[in-house]
Amino acid sequence: MSRLQSKFELLKQQQRKALIPFVTAGDPNPSVTVPLMHALVASGADVIELGVPFSDPMADGPVIQRASERALKHNVGLKDVLQLVADFRSKDNLTPVVLMGYGNPIEAMGWGKFAQRCADVGVDGVLTVDFPPEESHEAFEHLQKHGIDPIFLLAPTTNEARIKLVAKLARGYVYYVSLKGVTGAGNIDLTAITEKMPQLRAHIKLPIGVGFGIRDAQTAQAVAALCDGVVVGSRIVQEIEGSNENQILENVSRLIKEFRTAIDQA
Amino acid sequence: MSYDFPDSTGHFGPYGGIFMAETLIPAVEELKQQYLRFRDDAEFKAEFAYELKHYVGRPSPIYHAKNWSSRLGGAQIYLKREDLNHTGAHKINNAIGQALLAKRMGKKRVIAETGAGMHGVATATVAARFGMECIVYMGAEDIQRQAPNVYRMKLLGAKVVPVESGSRTLKDACNEAIRDWVTNVESTFYIFGTAAGPHPYPMMVRDFQCVIGNEAKVQMPEMIGRQPDMVIACVGGGSNAIGLFYPYIEEKSVKIVGVEAGGLGLASGQHAAPLTSNSKVGVLHGNRVYLMQDDNGQIIETHSISAGLDYPGVGPEHCWLKDTGRAEYVAITDDEALQGFHDLCRLEGIIPALESSHALAYAAKIAPTMAKDKVLLVNLSGRGDKDINTVARLSGITL
Repeated sequence: MSRLQSKFELLKQQQRKALIPFVTAGDPNPSVTVPLMHALVASGADVIELGVPFSDPMADGPVIQRASERALKHNVGLKDVLQLVADFRSKDNLTPVVLMGYGNPIEAMGWGKFAQRCADVGVDGVLTVDFPPEESHEAFEHLQKHGIDPIFLLAPTTNEARIKLVAKLARGYVYYVSLKGVTGAGNIDLTAITEKMPQLRAHIKLPIGVGFGIRDAQTAQAVAALCDGVVVGSRIVQEIEGSNENQILENVSRLIKEFRTAIDQA
Repeated sequence: MSYDFPDSTGHFGPYGGIFMAETLIPAVEELKQQYLRFRDDAEFKAEFAYELKHYVGRPSPIYHAKNWSSRLGGAQIYLKREDLNHTGAHKINNAIGQALLAKRMGKKRVIAETGAGMHGVATATVAARFGMECIVYMGAEDIQRQAPNVYRMKLLGAKVVPVESGSRTLKDACNEAIRDWVTNVESTFYIFGTAAGPHPYPMMVRDFQCVIGNEAKVQMPEMIGRQPDMVIACVGGGSNAIGLFYPYIEEKSVKIVGVEAGGLGLASGQHAAPLTSNSKVGVLHGNRVYLMQDDNGQIIETHSISAGLDYPGVGPEHCWLKDTGRAEYVAITDDEALQGFHDLCRLEGIIPALESSHALAYAAKIAPTMAKDKVLLVNLSGRGDKDINTVARLSGITL
């Protein structure tokens, strides 16, 4: 059983919802990332989404764009991100790690080599924002061969046919983008999520995580009641950006605990 | 077998495709359906033809640059005068086509990216003409180098949004326009300026720009009794080039040459020539193409004297024409392009765009090596009024 599957089954038994924080690898510099990942887990994270820095993050708002820029100043590339995961795994062999980013850094490495390295270092899932299922044949083949879960996005604009397509290909969990917009936008619509969920559930048997625009514990709680996991990205990255380097772990830990408490009361 | 690309999923061989975030996939799908529906619709075609004739001023003439040809002492150079179009470049052909489609799709808000500003001006123009709200994203660096076009867009009622991220040029303007589209997907039509991006854009933009080559195929025999020996156009994303080239693909006697921005020279790394420099294939802005990038797959900053060519990728059909050998791609440096610019000003009384000057410079390079009865047809894709500040600055003159 994959780490993601075990984690979501455990959560289901405990009747809890997953808290899935996102941080960009190498932000603000590579030495922060592994201790930060451990701090996320210690504060209540169930799954970590680790952003792979990219020069042209088209689906991201300004907060995560700047995180990419900070990491790229330290030349943090895909191979460095994989090494950070290997370092994390030396002390944590249970928490699932999902790489999230854009396709080109992976294309540059080659999908075969990338999937092999993911398996070697202990990456559990890969979410490539700009690769829809129709363009993911090569990716899917290599990831499957090495037991890495392909994570796909669904959006408010996704129709029934595409939900079925994703239901067929996705593994691990499905990430529902809660609004029309980029990461960190402020226009989340809980009613729209509530209305969309039955259509998703009719076809998606995997756990459904919801993200984009979840900026506070109260919203996280409301969203958690509707799905299986809550993804929090820009709000955490903003905390990192606003903290002195020696206070990042403390400030982010406090924030994660707030989200954890709120979600557990959902 | 006849040339029939892209395939139904938007691929030109291994290039092209639809690489977008899920939120935009249904929008791109709808665009494809609507375009396929109206492409062959008699009323749509008639309206497009009417606008091209009465609003743009088509057909654009072909001009024999006799003085320049005779100075060069070889092949005869003919110019397809897209610079004489309303708004001063080929970009208006595509902007009208997409605006007519937007109108039929009930979209009241249009957005665009722009590099040199010509596509931004064309989009602002058609938005005014058809009564649509218009937002144009433009790199802060380009806003500096193309100030007259920025004011032109504002006069036409468009909102110009400076983009401060990344290299602050065309690719960053594209990123920002895509971010706008994903946020306003239901109300907004993205009028994409070049023959790249997710399917159906490369096909649709090509189809709208093909009026250039289709006219030339009629005009050249009228002028000289035959087709040219070579057609030449500059390639950034490559919309003016594919518009001229596509109708000539099956004319095997006509050589096809695309001219990329060689910047400070290919060896310097400071250029915008993904095809000529043998860049790796990658994925950006919705399609798989030759792409300037580092070993980690990060897109690298490009350099060209001309904002309209300053882009790390290129349209997927050009990638395919390169691989199949049907077209040849070369690079022209900033200095060579400037020489072409000045020569055309002084010898023919035409101020060309710096983008088009790359194609002119290649013609000037190759013409002397050819016999005097050979004919080169160069796409003069735009006029150079917008570039006079840049050229003056390079000559040490403040206007």
